[in-house]
Amino acid sequence: MPSPSFTLDWESLSLRGTFVAISAVAIVFLVAPSLIVILTSLTASQSLRFPPDGLSLRWYAALLSADQMQQAAWTSLIVAFWATLLCAVLGTAAALAISRSDRTWARFFDLMFMSPLLLPALAFGFAALVFIYRLGLRPSIPLLILGHVIVCVPFVLRTTLAALTQLDHSLLDASASLGARGWMTFRRVTLPLIGRGVVAGSFLAFMASFDNVPVSLFLADERTEVLPIHLWQQIETNLDVRTAAVSGLIVIFTLLLMLLAERFAGLTRQMR
Amino acid sequence: MAFFVAPLAVLLAMSFARDADMHALTLANYVKFFTDPFNYSILWDTLMLGVKATLLCLLFGYPVAWIANRASARWQAVLLFLIILPIMTSVVVRTFSWIVILGRQGVLNRIAMGLGLTSEPLRLLFTEPGVVIVLAQVQMPLMVLPILTVMSKLDPNLADASRVLGAGEWRTLWRVTLPLSLPGVLMYSASVTAFVTQTLIGGARLVYMPLHIYQQAIGANNWPFAAAISIIFMVAVLCVVALLNMLMRVTPIDAKP
Repeated sequence: MPSPSFTLDWESLSLRGTFVAISAVAIVFLVAPSLIVILTSLTASQSLRFPPDGLSLRWYAALLSADQMQQAAWTSLIVAFWATLLCAVLGTAAALAISRSDRTWARFFDLMFMSPLLLPALAFGFAALVFIYRLGLRPSIPLLILGHVIVCVPFVLRTTLAALTQLDHSLLDASASLGARGWMTFRRVTLPLIGRGVVAGSFLAFMASFDNVPVSLFLADERTEVLPIHLWQQIETNLDVRTAAVSGLIVIFTLLLMLLAERFAGLTRQMR
Repeated sequence: MAFFVAPLAVLLAMSFARDADMHALTLANYVKFFTDPFNYSILWDTLMLGVKATLLCLLFGYPVAWIANRASARWQAVLLFLIILPIMTSVVVRTFSWIVILGRQGVLNRIAMGLGLTSEPLRLLFTEPGVVIVLAQVQMPLMVLPILTVMSKLDPNLADASRVLGAGEWRTLWRVTLPLSLPGVLMYSASVTAFVTQTLIGGARLVYMPLHIYQQAIGANNWPFAAAISIIFMVAVLCVVALLNMLMRVTPIDAKP
């Protein structure tokens, strides 16, 4: 925001200096933990020390035989995949409905759908457990997926709504006047225009589901274990370097997905 | 949406029940909560934890948003990427890396001892300051992004006008910071409910509300009481959020594009 009336007085200098200094610290503060975890996972020794004593990939190799860990990772991927798919469909539908309804209702529904982000997720996880027991059901994978959908759908809704508000309505009218039916207009005009919003939101939903603990804690049955809970228990009980190796993999996996999402959906712009 | 509201309604009903099969109505669960000081000290600690983490986060997050807003498009993209990266990375992983940093043999202690700042390792893990620091880092993107959005929509003429009228940069800043209600709110509710971070960094001795609910529900298998705690916790969080909203709208300025 360069302004013509900008003058270099003491006050603006002090402000700039302070802010640049704090920001530098904050950026280190934001990025350092991820870097440290990757470096620690490359250690050749038995202990979680930073800087590591010698470099090796032995802990990554050890993951190949960690059956429980692999099983948990696989469950998490499956749950996150289905949850994301459902979120994308439901979130887009909800966003379309909200953007078409009048202001009061739109605000009400917006608030309802966003509330899973504001309310304590753990309380919701527990509420869901109580609810399904009252219905006579028991925790299972489909219910776990459903629980994830409820807490992850706000992400898709947010980005899709943002994309919809930028949509030029004259395009829809043009399409309709050229004889396209509702569904055709949606598929050929609306969807390509809001597609980036949906993709960015789905990416966020996927990451949120893959990482969810509070809901999974209550809705996963005894036999199924998802990755974040498995890791959480590992860290609480026997902290070993394999945990660092899994963490390293997750960081790298996240980074790759983020680069993809940035490339195809302009993620950083969608997040604002 | 029904799938979100219905469980909460059942939870509310459960909080008035005597047993998990929901026979008989009773206020006993609420009475039990409010007659034991242990319970409301946990509630208070949790609500204050959120305030501390949010303030620390604002202290760091606001300057980052400010710098990002003034950076060239290219640098802004890089900065945004760095800001978003942590929130995309699993919370369990981020918390784990903080254990490596804060532990007795951790990075921070080794640096502090290397510099001669302290002769014996500081206790950072399993302390409240530790939890506050980690929460601030883990949730910072939730703070920076909305602030940046509001900032980028601010009419530059407003800042100019403020300066022409004799308000200094710091004063302008103060008047612009206040109306930013959303970031504090999101970040606050995320911090008070951050179960993973609270349990792993806080350890078993620092009990906050989410862990309290979990212990009562799964450990003690006392569903009605756990439901009552959940309801009390939710209401408390909503009250604080509403309060924050009100406080921050005291000096509204027009932030329309």
